[in-house]
Amino acid sequence: MSVTIEVRNIVKKFGDFTALDNVSLKVGDGELLALLGPSGSGKTTLLRIIAGLDWPEAGEVTIDGEDALGRGASERHVGFVFQHYALFRHMTVFENVAFGLRVQPRAIRKDEQAIRARVKELLDLVQLDWLSDRYPSQLSGGQRQRIALARALAIEPRILLLDEPFGALDAKVRKELRQWLRSLHQEIHVTSIFVTHDQEEALEVANRVVVMDKGRIEQIGTPGEVYDNPATAFVHGFIGESIVLPVDVSDGAVRLGGKPLNIAANGAAPGASKLFVRRHDMQIGPAGGGSLEGAVRRVRSFGPIQRAEVALADSEGKTVIEIDAPRDRELQAGEIISLEPRRYRIFAA
Amino acid sequence: MPTQSNLASSTAQVRAYAPTADLNVSSPPSQREKARPHAAASQRDLRTEPGPIRFLIIALAVIFLTVFVVLPLVVVFASAFSRGITAYFAALSEPEALSAIRLTLLIAAISVSLNLIFGVIAAWAISKFDFAGKTFLITLIDLPFSVSPVISGLVFVLLFGAQGFFGTWLQAHNIHILFAVPGIALATIFVTFPFVARSLIPLMQEQGTQEEEAAISLGASGLQTFFRVTLPNIKWGLLYGVLLCNARAMGEFGAVSVVSGHIRGETNTMPLLVEILYNEYQFVASFAIASLLAMLALITLIVKTILERRLDEGQIVSDD
Repeated sequence: MSVTIEVRNIVKKFGDFTALDNVSLKVGDGELLALLGPSGSGKTTLLRIIAGLDWPEAGEVTIDGEDALGRGASERHVGFVFQHYALFRHMTVFENVAFGLRVQPRAIRKDEQAIRARVKELLDLVQLDWLSDRYPSQLSGGQRQRIALARALAIEPRILLLDEPFGALDAKVRKELRQWLRSLHQEIHVTSIFVTHDQEEALEVANRVVVMDKGRIEQIGTPGEVYDNPATAFVHGFIGESIVLPVDVSDGAVRLGGKPLNIAANGAAPGASKLFVRRHDMQIGPAGGGSLEGAVRRVRSFGPIQRAEVALADSEGKTVIEIDAPRDRELQAGEIISLEPRRYRIFAA
Repeated sequence: MPTQSNLASSTAQVRAYAPTADLNVSSPPSQREKARPHAAASQRDLRTEPGPIRFLIIALAVIFLTVFVVLPLVVVFASAFSRGITAYFAALSEPEALSAIRLTLLIAAISVSLNLIFGVIAAWAISKFDFAGKTFLITLIDLPFSVSPVISGLVFVLLFGAQGFFGTWLQAHNIHILFAVPGIALATIFVTFPFVARSLIPLMQEQGTQEEEAAISLGASGLQTFFRVTLPNIKWGLLYGVLLCNARAMGEFGAVSVVSGHIRGETNTMPLLVEILYNEYQFVASFAIASLLAMLALITLIVKTILERRLDEGQIVSDD
């Protein structure tokens, strides 16, 4: 099965608000793609447009090379898992999963025995066959989520779309379901897109991540790419924890509060800019040994790292940054240390 | 123009269907007894009124209900059976009585089934779509509740009467609306329109459109979505609305009285016949018919309680 999704120049407005601003995207066969962004970034709207639950003002959507906008949601053969599951509350789990099979046109509808077999197969797949006689209100959040997925898979969808699949679950269940979804995807290999605002979820589950903000795509890449080589200031700030310092770039030198830093501008345009450094990418040295200097204010140690709040000396202690350092060099509150960015990015402010 | 000459008779008739309206007499729960802390016996529970005052309030409520609700109901049945059970059934099997019962059932069947369809459509439009003038539409739905039933009837006289807007045209084409079944049906439909729509709108708004969207994405057609997903989700609310609509349709007096013309054996519904018989001093016959309406009210009340319980259960399920 080879199903690709292509979205070209999609524009969607709600009144004066532009939810999607000229968005284009290609999803390859068998991918598990994450749409990642803060709320209001347009990610759910894009998902609903692909499913046929919303219509764009302009643009094209093709699924498997066929124009999708010419068809309604019921004809697109798309599996959609809703954020709050939207299970049919008056039907048992079994009937929920069977729904998509029972509403098929008579000509292609399976007989009762085949429907039962298929539902059983799906409930086995999501490991919940023992719940088939229950009603949705009798299930836990994680169970509802898996039933919603089984229901969507019943129609053998060409693609699978999931809206905040783990959003309404508690942290522990969420972790378990993530891994479960990942292995399920490997098993059934359906081209899938899921929406999330949780970067950890996107980086851990997806094989490609689309970072969105204010109706635009900021970056598309593998989890490694978006984390290590963020394309924009927004992506750097949104994915992973970052230290952000206001700097000035001129003549290839980078200055913080007038004082030059020992780092190259790396071709950044001259003018007011922002220096982005990951918390763990600050090299710690003895006082007087680096570009930046500061006093350790507080240290918390957990696991393999210690997290320190450092008040930078140049800002007269007004700028406080948080850094992560390995435990091999214990930091003390009150200690003066120097800091040197090991890896960093500079974006125009 | 028919007039409401005898106030006493219309009171008896009003009594007969009043309990179906909004008399939500739920008894106060006795939780206070359980919640009482282990205080010294002499100490009064300060969270509630002192005993004598409590007793007084409860007694007042009971006396009020007895005088204004229970007593009239008892009187209706006592008068109906005052000459014995044979006279009661003889009165009910009079051709005029049978004709009134038939007409009332026919009118109720027409107006309930039409309002069922209109109500579902109106509730659907209001709860599932956003459009300009929605608030205005909600206000319009409530109009029949805020207008006096006599005015509601008069509207149809002004439209279809001999001097009305369509009067000449209707006469020319020999179409009878006023003083005939269509007029009575129209007036009843108008008066009972809000019941179904009103009971569905909050329910459908709360449920949203997610389940419908899920059904469509699973390949269901519009009709399949309605009959398999929407309708089962609103069925208890719908039955509730239909029940109240039916009670009002059978009991409606004012609007029907204006458009009926009181043609004996033809355009008299049960409430109208109650008044006519009473005015002719046929008390047994009058109260026999009234007792039927009273029984309808009691049945409605019981079914209403059952449905309300069902609706509450549905609420709990949909809450999480």
